[in-house]
Amino acid sequence: MEMKYVLMILGMTLVTFIPRYLPLAVLSKMEIPEVVIEWLKYIPAAILAALLAPGILIIDGRLMITPQNTYLLAALPTFLIAIYKRNIFLTVIVGMVMIIILNFI
Amino acid sequence: MEEKYQDFFTGVKDSSPIIMGYIPIGIAYGILATKSGLGILETVSMSIFVFAGSSQLISIDMLARGSAIIPIIMMTFLVNLRHLLMSASFSLHFKGTGHKVMPFLSFLITDESFAVGNVKIKDKEYRASFFLGLGLSAYLGWVISSWIGASLGEIISDAGEYGLTFVLPAMFIALLVLQIQRRLDILVAVISGLFSLLFVYLLPGNWNVILATVIAATLGVVIERWR
Repeated sequence: MEMKYVLMILGMTLVTFIPRYLPLAVLSKMEIPEVVIEWLKYIPAAILAALLAPGILIIDGRLMITPQNTYLLAALPTFLIAIYKRNIFLTVIVGMVMIIILNFI
Repeated sequence: MEEKYQDFFTGVKDSSPIIMGYIPIGIAYGILATKSGLGILETVSMSIFVFAGSSQLISIDMLARGSAIIPIIMMTFLVNLRHLLMSASFSLHFKGTGHKVMPFLSFLITDESFAVGNVKIKDKEYRASFFLGLGLSAYLGWVISSWIGASLGEIISDAGEYGLTFVLPAMFIALLVLQIQRRLDILVAVISGLFSLLFVYLLPGNWNVILATVIAATLGVVIERWR
């Protein structure tokens, strides 16, 4: 295995394990300050939006908010399914089917 | 002793919806990983050691765009910060559990095992056994699906490839929608998305995501306290 990948997997293992382990191991002895808990609560929504926005709005390095953007078009029904069904599996399947259909029209 | 095993196997049974969800995402991860230059060994090793679907998919995406290792690790850390809250909340269920089991229970915390475990764990007598059963079978499901994906990597059709490019955005959409509980969450998400779009043009690598997230979450706290 290439050294670069070994280091990557090692680093990822460490930074994934620590947030999973630390609170469970030490929380009985220490309280997280209220303001930190508030901040942490926003992290998932913020990070997912920060990942998603460029992923569906920037195509080949340019902002593209037009009907020619198939990612944007596929995202709309995908959002609707996610909101009404609240099911990850179904949402992913609908998104995949939408993008395949849009690419063949 | 008997009951301990019973709770373990109840956990195994309750993992079936999680595994159903992991199969397509794990296979997609395996295929995309091998397409972005990882071998089967690296691809499956990452599932074995990291066991975090979204950050594995993100790391693959960043690798394909030529990202360096440090931003990938930082990104993984930020993406998985949410596990702090799950781990913190789980500490309520495992008050009497021995400290030797804790690393194993912690490793098995994912969005899905947390969501299912949180609902079903309350009436169990041997909670650690139950969660080990649930988490271990989900873990095996993830590792095996990504191995299948990695082996399929070479023989996937164009149509399938188009579909796979949207797996990650679609999963982000689903997870984002599931995260939204209050109006402020929507505001924070919109702010974060806008900052991320702005920073894409100003910053190298994936730093736009890290900075946008930190700014938006901080603004969320400020707005919440100031109102």
